[in-house]
Amino acid sequence: MSISERMPQPQPRAASSGLATSNEVVARLEEIRKTYYMGQLSVEVLHGISLDFFAGDYISIMGPSGCGKSTLMNILGCLDQPTSGKYYLGEEDTSQMDDDDLSSIRGARLGFIFQSYNLIQQLNVLENIEMPLFYQGYNEQDSHDIAMQLAEKVGLAERVDHKPYELSGGQQQRVAIARALSVDPLIILADEPTGNLDSKSGAEILNLFDELHGQGKTLIMVTHSDELAERSRRQIRLLDGRVESDERS
Amino acid sequence: MSDLSLDAPVNTYRSRANPPRFNFLRFKKITEIGIKSIYSHGLRSLLTVLGIVIGVAAVIAMLAVSEGASFEAQQQFRDLGATNILVKSVKPVEIEQNSNQGFGPPQAVVYGLTNADIRTIRESIPGVTNVISSRIVKKNIWNLGRSMNTDVVGTTVDYPISRNYNLRSGRFFSQAEVRDHANVVVLSDEVARQLFPIDNPLGQSIRIDSDYYNIVGIMESEGFSNLGQNQAGSSNSAPSRIFLPITSSRSRFGETTTRQTAGGMESETVELHEAIIQVTDQDTVIEIGEVIEQILARRHGKVDYSVEVPLALLRQAEESALRDSIVTGAIAGISLLVGGIGIMNIMLASVTERTREIGIRRALGAKKKDIITQFLIEAVILSGVGGLIGVFLGIIIPFAISLFWGMTTIVTPLAPILAFSISALIGVIFGIYPSMRAADMDPVEALRHE
Repeated sequence: MSISERMPQPQPRAASSGLATSNEVVARLEEIRKTYYMGQLSVEVLHGISLDFFAGDYISIMGPSGCGKSTLMNILGCLDQPTSGKYYLGEEDTSQMDDDDLSSIRGARLGFIFQSYNLIQQLNVLENIEMPLFYQGYNEQDSHDIAMQLAEKVGLAERVDHKPYELSGGQQQRVAIARALSVDPLIILADEPTGNLDSKSGAEILNLFDELHGQGKTLIMVTHSDELAERSRRQIRLLDGRVESDERS
Repeated sequence: MSDLSLDAPVNTYRSRANPPRFNFLRFKKITEIGIKSIYSHGLRSLLTVLGIVIGVAAVIAMLAVSEGASFEAQQQFRDLGATNILVKSVKPVEIEQNSNQGFGPPQAVVYGLTNADIRTIRESIPGVTNVISSRIVKKNIWNLGRSMNTDVVGTTVDYPISRNYNLRSGRFFSQAEVRDHANVVVLSDEVARQLFPIDNPLGQSIRIDSDYYNIVGIMESEGFSNLGQNQAGSSNSAPSRIFLPITSSRSRFGETTTRQTAGGMESETVELHEAIIQVTDQDTVIEIGEVIEQILARRHGKVDYSVEVPLALLRQAEESALRDSIVTGAIAGISLLVGGIGIMNIMLASVTERTREIGIRRALGAKKKDIITQFLIEAVILSGVGGLIGVFLGIIIPFAISLFWGMTTIVTPLAPILAFSISALIGVIFGIYPSMRAADMDPVEALRHE
């Protein structure tokens, strides 16, 4: 079954002016709705969101608290399922997947970077970077090699034996980035990646993001900060569960 | 940091096409992770497994002690012989009370088995092959200046065979010596050592009252058990006894023995102190014991005798050993159950505490079954380590008991294996629920957990 049969090829909405951005769609949201049920009460948080994300793009999703950007992020991260609508990740429709398949696709196609780093404290830097590879069934030698390379590339080659609590916030976030890169994901999802960092460390992380973008990685970042959003190529603003604006810079 | 793309093996989306199957390396890795997280909560893990440790150690130690005790008991009964019936003279209660009152001249108390009893038993019960009668008198025995108070057993030639006693050196007295009322004695090892600390007693003589007796043999003391001891005199004396022909005992010491007691002199007349009645086979020994009891009851006005069937006692001992092991098993079961609940409790706490870790792992591609495996392995490691420590202690404790209290303990190989397997099984059983709880967490909620 070819890709085109599974997911209709998109018509790019904007001319691809950005650096390294192609016409290839890596993720597509179609009329995504999400309703939360609390007893008798039901609240629709996302009211039909349709978006295409292109390979190699650098996207920021912004909006005030309660606008639904966390929910959207969870759906993009396959941590949550939409109530209705379709979400294609790569060539696959994830909206009908069961828990096992969602776990697999999360591990194989997505890289997560969290505001609070979310490293596992009892594991050292190398083991943290290796973790997604372990769940993908990589053998020990391969995952060790990959993790070492990535640790080197985020500048922590000398710290691979350290535990997360022995590192600064900026260093921890770099470990998290290396971990997100380990499976060479289709999309890297970053949730307020500099939220817990001082400005210097934050700037380092953003520089790293720029580099990743330069190498053709696809980045989606949720942020409050306009300053951060300005560094991305495409800014999507949400308001009350709808796309308010979708701009390129 | 110029190039972040990888030269490493090409990462392709392959988990669905080629799902990671169970393999040993994966198992090893999860085990390593488990050990790490257990190690990172050292004290808590130790307290957690304490229940299992105590449970397993208690099971093994209790089994070892009860096994040892029942072995010892069986050994004792076996020494008495499976085809033997032991009949003894017992001072009746009312005489015991009467004898100490008043200041009158000592009056001999007559009680116990008689030669006529033995003749009746021998003649009226088919299946009785042999009767070994004994008179047991307490005497001071002398070797020059050395003396000791001991049981002097007057008996017949078959005595050692009937009780499974072995001669250390020399011989037992002969039929001819019995017939001739000969002055010969056989010493127990104990007596020989006390009266003849340096030289060999064989061929020498000892003095009892005013007569001298030739020493013809030395017996091993090990065979003497408390159960085989006489009722006359102080029955709890150490197994120091000497043996001489029953005919000599009767003619030298007389039928009546006099003892000094707290209240004055006390005399008693006892024809026979004990008799070992041997029967043809084990199957009838208990019934014949009952028949003997009936015969004696008819012939004696009072209960001045006792009938012991070692085989019946052995059966009782075996029954009570079985009861013991049921009780032991129940206690062990309860302690292991408590240990298991302890593990479950800590695993639940651990799951709650590590909610975020679970969320992270789920986000990074762990399936539910990966999480279940991880926590289950941790529970099994915990209970397994606890089980191992328990097995270790469970082997040390009986060893120490034997060493310091001299009790016989037997650790059968089955006990540690069984106890360890049960502890591992408990890890699985009590680990399942916490693991399922961990796996069923919503990843989004878990990631949000502080």
